[in-house]
Amino acid sequence: MSSWLEPLIKTGLVVAILNGAVAYLVLVERKVAAYIQDRLGPNRVGPWGLLQPLADGAKFIFKEEIIPAGADKVLFLIAPVLILATAMVTFATIPFGNLIPWKGGTITLTAAPNMDIGLLFVFAIGSLGVYGVVLGGWASNNKYSFLFSGSLNMETIIARQAQTGWWWFAVQPLAFGVFLVSGCAESTRLPFDLPECEQELVGGYHTEYTAMKFGMFAFAEYLHMITVAVLTVILFFGGWHFWGIAPYTAPENVTWLGAVMHIVVLTVKTLMMIFFFMWIRWSWPRFRYDQLMSMAWKTMIPLGVLNLLVCAVCQEFLDPADMLTRCVLGWLAVGGCVLYAAMSAAPQGRAADVSPPVRPL
Amino acid sequence: MKPDDKQIKWVKEPKLGLSGRMYLGPLLDGLATTARHMLSTARGDGMTCQFPEERPKFGNPLIYRGVHRLNKDEQGRVKCVACFLCATACPAHCIDIIGTQSPWEDREKYPQSFVIDELRCIYCGMCEEACPVDAIELTALFDLTGASREEMIFDKEKLLSVYDATIEQEPMRSRQGAGGQGHSAS
Ligand code: SF4
Ligand code: SF4
Repeated sequence: MSSWLEPLIKTGLVVAILNGAVAYLVLVERKVAAYIQDRLGPNRVGPWGLLQPLADGAKFIFKEEIIPAGADKVLFLIAPVLILATAMVTFATIPFGNLIPWKGGTITLTAAPNMDIGLLFVFAIGSLGVYGVVLGGWASNNKYSFLFSGSLNMETIIARQAQTGWWWFAVQPLAFGVFLVSGCAESTRLPFDLPECEQELVGGYHTEYTAMKFGMFAFAEYLHMITVAVLTVILFFGGWHFWGIAPYTAPENVTWLGAVMHIVVLTVKTLMMIFFFMWIRWSWPRFRYDQLMSMAWKTMIPLGVLNLLVCAVCQEFLDPADMLTRCVLGWLAVGGCVLYAAMSAAPQGRAADVSPPVRPL
Repeated sequence: MKPDDKQIKWVKEPKLGLSGRMYLGPLLDGLATTARHMLSTARGDGMTCQFPEERPKFGNPLIYRGVHRLNKDEQGRVKCVACFLCATACPAHCIDIIGTQSPWEDREKYPQSFVIDELRCIYCGMCEEACPVDAIELTALFDLTGASREEMIFDKEKLLSVYDATIEQEPMRSRQGAGGQGHSAS
């Protein structure tokens, strides 16, 4: 295939699939929310509400577009586009499968394959979005978790996990925890939706947007969620690898069946991760601002540093193939953190001997 | 009231245990709760009533406050004695009665016209409480609709026809002892 046609097709494919996926994720989210709240959710448009996304889209398109009189027109119009574009661009380096055989060679299923700074690229672009501004500091923690891999190229990261058969959430539990929390924060979904406060504010920063422009903000939020879910799967759950049904295959003997299995495994894992994020969103209340800050500064950053330390020790003294020791060390570090937290946490609640406040009536 | 008043009960925040202080235990608890609800809804135990296809079930239709009806006595005559108590009690002033000399021996007056504006009514049930002869009652008909305002103004005939339509499912309150504390009809 000619050198420019291949990325073009892959990009088109990714964009098309993402568009469909986001539309249906909105439906899935509404269904999950409904089921958690003992309701049924949308079920009137098409069987099981399956045509609901189309109806929503049509509604967005036909609604009136309002530009507030006092708004800076250029900025106002460009903001949703920017947010959506940056959310899309992150997918350039994210693999959506392994390799497919093509005319004796192979094609990597990544829009921009072999980008050695792949992960950094995702975080850099991700924090370009307005979403990242307040919580951007969180994202900057992330890089500690990846020193272990020795690579920021996502294809390599998956390949390492597939070759060893160890998924890194088992080897790197601390990093996994930190990443999951900051991932949630990055997608500004519920436990960390401070810029938005969906339930009680009119909508935070996108209050003045109407019709499709509002839709684009929602779209970008779901794209962020997909990004975080795919990244979690790639970094900690072995990407397209699954023992038995989707094992590691050397580039020479890639088959169509294997390629399809890899895509299916990655998709299923990602969907499960997304479901987990939705489940969290409809289960937990939002963190208070001071709780968020104290968690970020007193828990997440120290954990990140500790993780870095454990990784460095492992890299220095251990045989690269010795996953078991790493695993044990990693969980020991988690245990240590739990103990430390339990011993040092300030007692909550009002102390017993504080007399009730005296208020004049 | 002083802060050390005997009647004030000071409540202390419960002490958080080990898992509570790490947020972890309670967070997992929350996930378990929502998972339980998700599964029970998936099994079909949801709360949703698919309204137009499925009629909601009332715990006790006799105490539901929907569209009114004018009760009839054993001889099929309207029970109302045009005492105006319901119209007086009505906070929405939506009952309009014209009383006149009764053609029957056993009462002095009866309503020549009895009109309720169902659009103004707030379905408070005061009229039902006020009536000394249990002539007016609120039924469990809740999905009242109409294409015009005029249609929603119910006259005596219409209110009596509501009685015919609902008496099977909802017996008169005065007849069923425990449910109604009304006086027995003459
Ligand atoms: S239910 Fe209340 S508002 Fe309606 S007619 Fe009776 S007293 Fe009036
Ligand atoms: S319905 Fe009852 S309260 Fe109202 S006028 Fe008739 S008898 Fe009196």
